[in-house]
Amino acid sequence: MKEFVKGLFEKNPILCYLLGLCPTLAVTTNVVNALTMGVSVIFVLFFSNVIISLIRKAVPTQVRIASYIVVIATFVTIADIFLQANYYEISRALGPFIPLIVVNCIILGRAEAFASRNGIVPSMLDALGMGTGFTLILCLMGSIREILGSGTLLGFKAVPAFFPQFLVMILPAGAFITLGLLVGAHQALKMKYKIK
Amino acid sequence: MNYVLIFIGAAVVNNFILSYFLGICPFLGVSTDLKKASGMGFAVTFVMVISASVTWGIYHKILVPYNMQYLQNVVFILVIASLVQFVEMFLKKFIPPLYSGLGIYLPLITTNCAILGLTLFMVIKNYDFIESIFYAFGAGSGFLLALLIMAGIRERIDTADIPAPFRGAGIALITAGCLALIFMGFSGMMK
Repeated sequence: MKEFVKGLFEKNPILCYLLGLCPTLAVTTNVVNALTMGVSVIFVLFFSNVIISLIRKAVPTQVRIASYIVVIATFVTIADIFLQANYYEISRALGPFIPLIVVNCIILGRAEAFASRNGIVPSMLDALGMGTGFTLILCLMGSIREILGSGTLLGFKAVPAFFPQFLVMILPAGAFITLGLLVGAHQALKMKYKIK
Repeated sequence: MNYVLIFIGAAVVNNFILSYFLGICPFLGVSTDLKKASGMGFAVTFVMVISASVTWGIYHKILVPYNMQYLQNVVFILVIASLVQFVEMFLKKFIPPLYSGLGIYLPLITTNCAILGLTLFMVIKNYDFIESIFYAFGAGSGFLLALLIMAGIRERIDTADIPAPFRGAGIALITAGCLALIFMGFSGMMK
């Protein structure tokens, strides 16, 4: 249980380690894209952690990074092809960012820091926790940017008509600024409750 | 003219860092001082041009004729990883001054998503060989440019009085946001 909870807030991969920022910033223009990306990352993270934890004793240390990348790239390809076949619109919108999960540092980071040193069950929980923490922040960013930028949430009208739409929020600049404020807020919360 | 447009497009209009969000980790990691930033920027440009030319060949001469495009993610990342390794060994042996200049930044590049992103965009945009080279060179120069500007700003920010929770990553991201806004001014240059 501890392995699962730590990824949600205390050691949130985005807010604490600034890992996996590229997809965080790029696909969070609306909630649907953010959620799709989050779920794909959970899928890839879960299965690659399981496989890497299984093969951790068989792989020589010198070639471990290369082997991990092949394992990760395989699951990313599965996710990519699955999205193309079933959710073509979303897959088009996300463009190269689904294949780019291969170089998402969260996945390689967890493989190296956790799955290669722990058994299958803790690795599964670690993957689920880290993936959920990642998805939560992605959805949070997506909601903030979608509400402020286009005035909708999940495609439905979310604010009264007189409320202005801040175009900047769905542009790249809005992504950086939103994430900067979130990181600051997270730090402030941690300082207030003295969590290390 | 077409080549110039591709170069400028990749360098400033669709800057890899500020509008595609590729290569954010090194962007935040090594932009703390100018010397590191320029080392990283040059190393990335160098590897981008080489990997674009190699992956272009592999994609169009091997994967497409045999109908194996679905392997592109796996193949590209392996090619980039081994290429970085080769470049490192080659420089160490034949051009030692360049090697010591780029130093530790070379191995880090393997996990830089800007490189893999570049090769994927190259496939999506269906560039021919020369166009791909210009695209890679433009993307690398844009990366270097953004990194240098950021490093210059952050050297000043270090001495500024910033609220405690925002020190480090928080203010760096907000600065990047302002930079992205400024770079949007370039988008009028191209249709």
